[in-house]
Amino acid sequence: MKLPQFEYACPTTLHDAVALLAARAGDAKALAGGQSLMPMMAFRIAQPALLVDLRKLPGLREIKVSGDGVRLGAMVRWRDIEDDARLASAHPLLKAAIAHVAHYQIRNRGTVGGSLAHADPAAELPGIALTCEAEIAVMGKGGARTIKATDFFLGALTTALEADEIITELRLPPWPQERAKSRRWGFQEFARRRGDFAMAGVAAFYDLDNSNKAMNTHIGVIGIGDRPHRLPAVEAMLNGRAIDDASIERVAAATSAAVEPQDDIHASAAYRRALVGTLVERALTSAAA
Amino acid sequence: MKNTFIGSPVERREDLRFLRGRGQYVDDLAPEGLLYAVILRSSVAHGRIVSVDTKAALKIPGVHAVITANDMPGGPPIIPMRLQPLPEFKPFEQPVIASTKVRYVGEPLAVVLAKSVAIGEDALEAIEVEIESLPAVADWHVAAKNKNILFESQGTNRSLVFEARKGDADVIFASAPYVRREKMRTGRHYGLTLEPRGVMAEWDAARGRLTVSGAAKVPFFNRRILAKQINLPEDSIDMVENDVGGGYGARGEFYPEDFLIPFAARHVNRPVKWIEDRRENLMAMNHARETEAELEVACASDGTLLAIRGEIHTDMGAYMRTNGAVGARNVAQFLSGPYRVPHIKIDSSLWMTNKTPVGTYRGPGRFESSFYIERMLDMIAGDLGIDRVELRRRNLVTAAEQPYSIATIQPTNATDQYDSGDYRATLDRVLKEINWPEVSKLQGKLIGEKYHGLGVACFVEGGAAGPKETARLELNDDGTVSVFLGTSSVGQGVETVFAQIAADALEWPMERIRHVHHGSTSYVSDGYGAYHSRSTVMGGSAVLEATNHFQAAIREAGAKRLKCEAAAVKIDPDNVSGPDGQSFPLKELAGLTAEGAFLNKKHTYSYGAHAVHVTVDPKIGRIEIIDYVLVQDVGRAVNPLTLRGQMIGSLVQGLGGAVLEHLQYDEDGQFLTASLADYLLPTASDFPNLRCVILEDYPSPINPLSVKGAGEGGIVAAGGAIANAVANALQSFGVEPRQLPLTPTYIWELVQAGRQKQAAE
Ligand SMILES: Cc1cc2nc3c(=O)[nH]c(=O)nc-3n(C[C@H](O)[C@H](O)[C@H](O)COP(=O)(O)OP(=O)(O)OC[C@H]3O[C@@H](n4cnc5c(N)ncnc54)[C@H](O)[C@@H]3O)c2cc1C
Repeated sequence: MKLPQFEYACPTTLHDAVALLAARAGDAKALAGGQSLMPMMAFRIAQPALLVDLRKLPGLREIKVSGDGVRLGAMVRWRDIEDDARLASAHPLLKAAIAHVAHYQIRNRGTVGGSLAHADPAAELPGIALTCEAEIAVMGKGGARTIKATDFFLGALTTALEADEIITELRLPPWPQERAKSRRWGFQEFARRRGDFAMAGVAAFYDLDNSNKAMNTHIGVIGIGDRPHRLPAVEAMLNGRAIDDASIERVAAATSAAVEPQDDIHASAAYRRALVGTLVERALTSAAA
Repeated sequence: MKNTFIGSPVERREDLRFLRGRGQYVDDLAPEGLLYAVILRSSVAHGRIVSVDTKAALKIPGVHAVITANDMPGGPPIIPMRLQPLPEFKPFEQPVIASTKVRYVGEPLAVVLAKSVAIGEDALEAIEVEIESLPAVADWHVAAKNKNILFESQGTNRSLVFEARKGDADVIFASAPYVRREKMRTGRHYGLTLEPRGVMAEWDAARGRLTVSGAAKVPFFNRRILAKQINLPEDSIDMVENDVGGGYGARGEFYPEDFLIPFAARHVNRPVKWIEDRRENLMAMNHARETEAELEVACASDGTLLAIRGEIHTDMGAYMRTNGAVGARNVAQFLSGPYRVPHIKIDSSLWMTNKTPVGTYRGPGRFESSFYIERMLDMIAGDLGIDRVELRRRNLVTAAEQPYSIATIQPTNATDQYDSGDYRATLDRVLKEINWPEVSKLQGKLIGEKYHGLGVACFVEGGAAGPKETARLELNDDGTVSVFLGTSSVGQGVETVFAQIAADALEWPMERIRHVHHGSTSYVSDGYGAYHSRSTVMGGSAVLEATNHFQAAIREAGAKRLKCEAAAVKIDPDNVSGPDGQSFPLKELAGLTAEGAFLNKKHTYSYGAHAVHVTVDPKIGRIEIIDYVLVQDVGRAVNPLTLRGQMIGSLVQGLGGAVLEHLQYDEDGQFLTASLADYLLPTASDFPNLRCVILEDYPSPINPLSVKGAGEGGIVAAGGAIANAVANALQSFGVEPRQLPLTPTYIWELVQAGRQKQAAE
């Protein structure tokens, strides 16, 4: 389990980094925290000829909080999110979800850009990006562009990123501050050990209208299927309804019916189906509490 | 001066070196000219080897050689069994490298020697292997069909049936008032060592000497095997033990690599080192535990156990390895556990399958059998309306019944008896510690999202007999003494424990015991090793013997110099003196040495009880431990601190096997759990609430230290205790777990089945 041979570059500008990637036409990879890429290389699942280390690129480590929402630079680490006191109100759902990512050592290294680009179906951040309708800013040899999270995750470990593109930022839409009380949210996941990738996870939020009915409901799941996804039919069931035990129970059952999990060594498909229902139930219950 | 180091929580002498980063493991060794070995392992579970082409690999810069079976004139040697080496097993023993057939994913096919491990791994990809696949025998059910056979010449996949017999079970069953029949199974796990295995070999061509570093557990026995295989006299081989990061029964047995690496070193006349990586550790080190049982228990209507009968099947993997038969024997022999069962008839079959071969893992066979009997006791208690604690109390072997004989095993005609103890006392104590009367009010209660449940289980732990252990004491120039042993350390703290024993016996301060050397074949004339909870009992007793001879030797030397009777010579830590006050400094006798040995045919049996309080979330199948108490009577605790480490450590391992760990294969024999992301090892945060209590009420009558082996008590009953607690928590669904590990999926399925049954009623 030793790394195959590769070349290494540590550019100091985004432009150079993109040029290095572009020159290898797919045989180079960006290196961020290395927490996913290194194991893949050690198992020789990935054998890039060149690693382009992003650690010296300027401007990618910032967390910006403004009226436009929360912007996470691609090199922001899990630890930075955990330590940023502003996020408790600026994006409580993000903060709650990231608390479940991996272990101490990995949290000190793993990054926003790496997690998005790696696109593990059970990873928390892609789930949050998708559920919150975030945008992903990238830079390539053709210039900058933004990709909607909905268009970004194409399958297990597969994204819309081109081989020469580098993620620069994740842009989460604003979390309502003035209506803080009317925004309800919950995050639930289950992993067999703390810090493991989740067997399934659920992120949910909705806003209460004047008559205490739900609107703008967003429910996203991770760990089920080949990428994070929303549950539009389930969301529709809640919009315009009061959230109470009865509606939650109905929605939980509908969730189980809506997802298409598969068997793997950690759990059966039937179990996962039931698990997602339970997690939706618990996420909504904690949101409503 | 009278010392009381024995019984004191003396801090581990080893720790200072480890904490300062001065431990020296085999991977820390790098002599000049070292080549790194990397092993090509079969990716096919079952097949005939057509060709292994190494030409392209040899062309890679930095690759020095590639060794295959073709390099071994006369064919690859076979690894003989160490324990229960029955003639029936011979045809199933493992060759050191595959030459005609592969029988499991991970079986060695070639050894690359290269300048670095990375280059060696590059070369693995360049070796072209052609294997004609055969249908895989992926579990014992398939094996039992005897359609696809691993060893064609044998005509069967069953290597043996062990029979456990006592009384006449069939007669009892014919007229028993109550019988419960159950089918249950235990998962496949293994003794994962944090430090993977490693071997480094150096060949001194001029002197014809081979030095093998990385030895562990049973260096003397392994030297005997290697000497024969490699055709050298035994005393031309030194086996050197380095620091060892965990043994658990699995490390230190003779594996293919224990031949391949020394062979390679001699073949190329360069030092060669192989360090197992984690993937190999998961697929090459002995597996363990995978059994299925179909059992019947007969009881009187008051719950008195009358008889046990049934069949147990062990999934042995592809070969009979050195100690591979122990688990399958123990699971039958110790099925009755600490309970009085007058009639026993168990057939335990060993089935060869296309998986990594099995060997012992801490509490071999006992973890499995304890799960079976403890589960059945709870079910029986439910059927008969008897409190499950009371049922156990009624059936535990009493102090008056000691020594108590258990089932005899055929074909080895092995008999055994428990040595001493009051098993009920540990049960009573564990109930008191966990506050049973109070917490039992929570049984089956739903609080929030979780049901509460309690489990209890009792156990015996066998230890410590068999081949002689030897110890030698030597007086150093500065008046300190060094202790040399044939037994070995696998990280359990024996340096500390042996120093305590020696210091007490000599009545010297601990600092006077300068070094405790162990595990290497050059220290004493003979030795055996660290397994079966035996180091303290056997090695410790040998140290005691050696101190007697050492003191006698000093007296004799003193008598000569002081011109008096040896019996009149007094020894204190600094001086040797005679009856009339004449004396000389002890250190003037530097170089004086004496050996002592201890031999014992009988086993010690420590014993105890587990009690656990869990919560279970029925919707997601998560188990959480609220409180867990382990009580064990060990006869005498030489060092309560290291013993506590053993108890908690083995308990966590037991819980790992009960809840998390599972080595999985698909029906083609492909190995599915080749990393620690897939094989779930408990980590520090998984089971925080564990407690243990050490008792010393029943000293062992069969060794001079009165100690009993005590490294397995935590693991043995963990599966039964936790499964009983889960059943108790989920009683309203009629849940009865019948397999381990208790995965979320399995628990959820049991709850679902219970709900459906209730809905149908
Ligand atoms: C034991 C363990 C447990 C874990 N548990 C979890 C968990 O529970 N939840 C979870 O979400 N994750 C988990 N992870 C993964 C961890 O969060 C990773 O850090 C993360 O997925 C990848 O981030 P990284 O910065 O380490 O990326 P790297 O490993 O450096 O890179 C990963 C991939 O992203 C690409 N990449 C990196 N940065 C960029 C960029 N800016 N633009 C374009 N491509 C880029 C790389 O080329 C590579 O393909 C775990 C990892 C381990 C080892």
